[in-house]
Amino acid sequence: MSSSVLYDAQGPRAKRRNVVYTVVFVLALAALLWWVYRSLSDKGQLDWEKWKPFFSGSEAWTTYILPGLKNTLIAAAVSMLIALPLGAVFGIARLSDHVWVRVPAAVVVEFFRAIPVLILMIFGNALFSQYTSVSSDDRPLYAVVTGLVLYNASVLAEIVRAGILALPKGQTEAAQAIGLRKTQTMTSILLPQAVTAMLPAIVSQLVVIVKDTALGGAILTFPELLAAVSPMSSYYGANTIASFTIVALIFVVLNFSLTSFASWLERRLRRGKKSTGAVLAPAAVGGPGSAGPAA
Amino acid sequence: MFDFLSGYDLLGAFWVTVQLTLLAAVGSLVWGTLLAAMRVGPVPLMRGFGTAYVNIVRNVPLTVIILFTSLGLNQTLNIKLGAENFDTINFRLAVLGLIAYTSAFVCEAIRSGINTVPVGQAEAARALGLSFTQVLTLVVLPQAFRSVVGPLTNVLIALTKNTTVAAAIGVAEAALLMKKMIENEAELLLISAVFAFGFVVLTLPTGLILGWVGKKVAVKR
Amino acid sequence: MKLRKVTAASAVVLALAVSATACGSNDKDPGSSGGGKKIAIGIKFDQPGLGQKTPQGYSGFDVDVAKYVAKKLGYNEDQIEWKESKSADRETMLQRGDVQFIAATYSITPEREKKVDFAGPYLLAHQDVLLRADDDSIKSPADLNNKKLCSVTGSTSAQNVKDKLAPKANLQQYPTYSACLTGLQNKAIDALTTDDSILAGYASQAQFKGKFKLGGFKMTNENYGIGVKKGSDLKAKINKALEDMVADGSWDKAVKANFGPANYQNEPAPKIGDIKS
Repeated sequence: MSSSVLYDAQGPRAKRRNVVYTVVFVLALAALLWWVYRSLSDKGQLDWEKWKPFFSGSEAWTTYILPGLKNTLIAAAVSMLIALPLGAVFGIARLSDHVWVRVPAAVVVEFFRAIPVLILMIFGNALFSQYTSVSSDDRPLYAVVTGLVLYNASVLAEIVRAGILALPKGQTEAAQAIGLRKTQTMTSILLPQAVTAMLPAIVSQLVVIVKDTALGGAILTFPELLAAVSPMSSYYGANTIASFTIVALIFVVLNFSLTSFASWLERRLRRGKKSTGAVLAPAAVGGPGSAGPAA
Repeated sequence: MFDFLSGYDLLGAFWVTVQLTLLAAVGSLVWGTLLAAMRVGPVPLMRGFGTAYVNIVRNVPLTVIILFTSLGLNQTLNIKLGAENFDTINFRLAVLGLIAYTSAFVCEAIRSGINTVPVGQAEAARALGLSFTQVLTLVVLPQAFRSVVGPLTNVLIALTKNTTVAAAIGVAEAALLMKKMIENEAELLLISAVFAFGFVVLTLPTGLILGWVGKKVAVKR
Repeated sequence: MKLRKVTAASAVVLALAVSATACGSNDKDPGSSGGGKKIAIGIKFDQPGLGQKTPQGYSGFDVDVAKYVAKKLGYNEDQIEWKESKSADRETMLQRGDVQFIAATYSITPEREKKVDFAGPYLLAHQDVLLRADDDSIKSPADLNNKKLCSVTGSTSAQNVKDKLAPKANLQQYPTYSACLTGLQNKAIDALTTDDSILAGYASQAQFKGKFKLGGFKMTNENYGIGVKKGSDLKAKINKALEDMVADGSWDKAVKANFGPANYQNEPAPKIGDIKS
C-alpha cells in the first residue's frame, strides 16, 4: 500500500487519523457542493428549461455548438500545421554554428515568447483589417491563427532545440566520423530521432493551442466554441450558466483526450527506446507556457 | 511621435497588470503547494481531489474560467468578495480566476520538484520518526522548491501574460487599453510595439533574475 | 519498431486533423467566393426580437426589414448571406465592403455619419431600462444612482447614464446582453440599460414571461437607420424600399410579429430622413 517514500506504512492510529481527515474533507467538500447546488437551484439555474436544449433534440448542437467546435478545431489544426515547420526552422537556426543565424533566431523566438497571445491576436486583427483585403468572414480566423502561430512557433522552436540537444552526443560524432556534412547530420541523423522524442511535447502544445483559440472568441469576433455561448444563451432565455458549463465540459473532454494521448505516447516511447535516448516529457521543455500555462 | 499616448493611462493599465500578476502569483503558490501536498499525501480522497482538480482546470481555457468567476460566482451566486463597486469586484474575481487556473500548473511543477529529491532524504527523515507533514515541510519541500525555481519562473511569466485575459470581464489592464487605443487611434504598429515592449520589460527581467536565483539556490548533487 | 508504430499513429492523427481542416474550408468556399448573385447583409445574431440566430434561421424586426429591402433590390431570401455585425465592427464592415448594408440596431449619429451613410430611419427607439417585475424602487432615471447597472462593453447607453442621468450608478459591462440578464434575474444587477426595442425583445421571450418590465423612461431618441458605404447609390434605393414597406403595411406587420408579444409601445413609422435628436 505505502508505495510512497514520503510516509510510513500506516498503522492503526494513522489509519484512524486518515479516516478522520477523509471524513472532514468529505464534509467540507459536500457542504460546498451543497451550497453551490442550493444557490443555483434557488436562482432557477438548474431548471430543466435551461438545460433542456442540450439534452432533448439536436437543435442547440447543430445550430450553435458544432459549428463553433468546428472553427475551434480548424483554427487549432491550421495553427499547428503552420507553426510546426516554422518552429523547426527557428529551432534549428538557434543551433546554427553561424552567429548571424543563431542570434537573430534567438531574438525572434524570445521576443514572441515574451508577449501575450492576446496582444498578438489583437495586433493581427487590426493588421488584417487595415492593410489587407481579407474579408470579414475570414479575418478573425486569420488573426487568431496569426497570433497562435507567432507564439507557438517560438515555443515549438524551443521544443525542437531541446529535442535535438537531448540526443546523445555520440550521434553527432558518429555522423561526423563517417563524413556527413552538417546539413546531412541534421536532416538524416538528428531530426528523425528528435521528432519522435518531441511528439508528446508537441501533442501537449496542441492542448495549449486549443485553449488559446477561446481568446479569439471572447475578445475578437472569431465564431469558435466559446463565442457560440452568446447567441445560444440569448435564444434559450439567458441560460448562461448552462451554456458555459456545457462548453467547458467539451473543452475538458477534448483536451483531456489530447493530454492522455500525449502521456500514452510518452510511455510508449520510453518503453520502446532501445538505442537513441531521450524522450521529451510533455512538460519537460521550459519556456513560458510551453505545455504549461498559456491561456 | 508618441503623442498618440496622451490621454491614455498607459502606466496605470500596466500597473493593474502587475498587481494582478503579483496577487495571483502569491495566491497560486499557496494553493498550488497545498494541492501538491494533497496529491502526494496519504489520504486517498485528497489525492483523488488533487488529481481531478489539476486535470480539469488544466484543460479548460482560462477565458472560460475568468468569465465563469464573473457570471457564475458573482452574477449567480452573489459572491462579491467584500466589495460593492464592480471595478473592484471584477479585479478580485480576475485574481481568483487566475489563482484557480495557475495553481494547477504550480502544483505540477512542485510535484516534479518533489520527484527530484533523492529517496534517501525522505527515508532518513522517516527513520527519525517524522510524520508526513514534517517530512514534507521540513525536509522534502525546502529542497523541492530550490529545484523548481526554473519551472516556477516559467509559470510566473505565463501568468504575467495570462493577466491579459482579465480583459474579458472588463478589468482595465494592458490588453483592454490596447484594444481601446487601436479602435480610436491610427498608429497600429506603434501602439502594438508599445504594448509588446511593456510585456517584454515585465517578463524578460523576471526570467533573467529568477534564472540567476535558480542557479544560486539549486542543490548541488 | 515500436517507435515506428507510434510515429505512424501520430501521422494518422495529424492527417485526420489536416483532412478535417480541408473539409472545413471546402464547406465554406461556395458561400464566401460568392459567385452568382448574392447580397451580404449585416445583422445582430444575439438580440431576440431584432436579430437572432435560431435553429430555423434568422428572425427579428431588423431581419424582416432587411429581407424586405433585399427583395426590393432584387434579391430573394435564399440569395441573402447573413453576417454577424457586432456593434464595434459595423463601420469597418461597411467601409471595407464586407456587407452591402447593415440593419443591426444601428442608430444614426453625427459621428457615425462621418464614416458611413444611413438610409432611413425605419424605427424610432429610446434608451430605457429593464427591471425586475417586482422592483418598484426605480421610478425615474435619477433612481439609478447607487444601483447596479449593466450594459454591453463600449455601448453608448451605459456611458450616457453614467455621464448625464445617474453619475453614481455602479456600472458592470459584459460582452453580451444575455450575460446581464443572468445577473438581473439573480438580483446581482438592478437594471439593464439599452434601447427599449432590444429590451422588449428579451422581456418577451417565453422563458421570461412576467419576470421583467420596461422602465418607460425614454432617455434618448435612437433613430435606427440602415447603414451603407459612404457615397453608395444604395441609399436612395433603400429609402424607396423603406417607404414602400410602410405604405403597403408590411412595416406594421413586421412590428406586430416581432414586438407584439412584448407589449412594446412602438413609435409610429418615422419619415425617411426625419432624424429626431
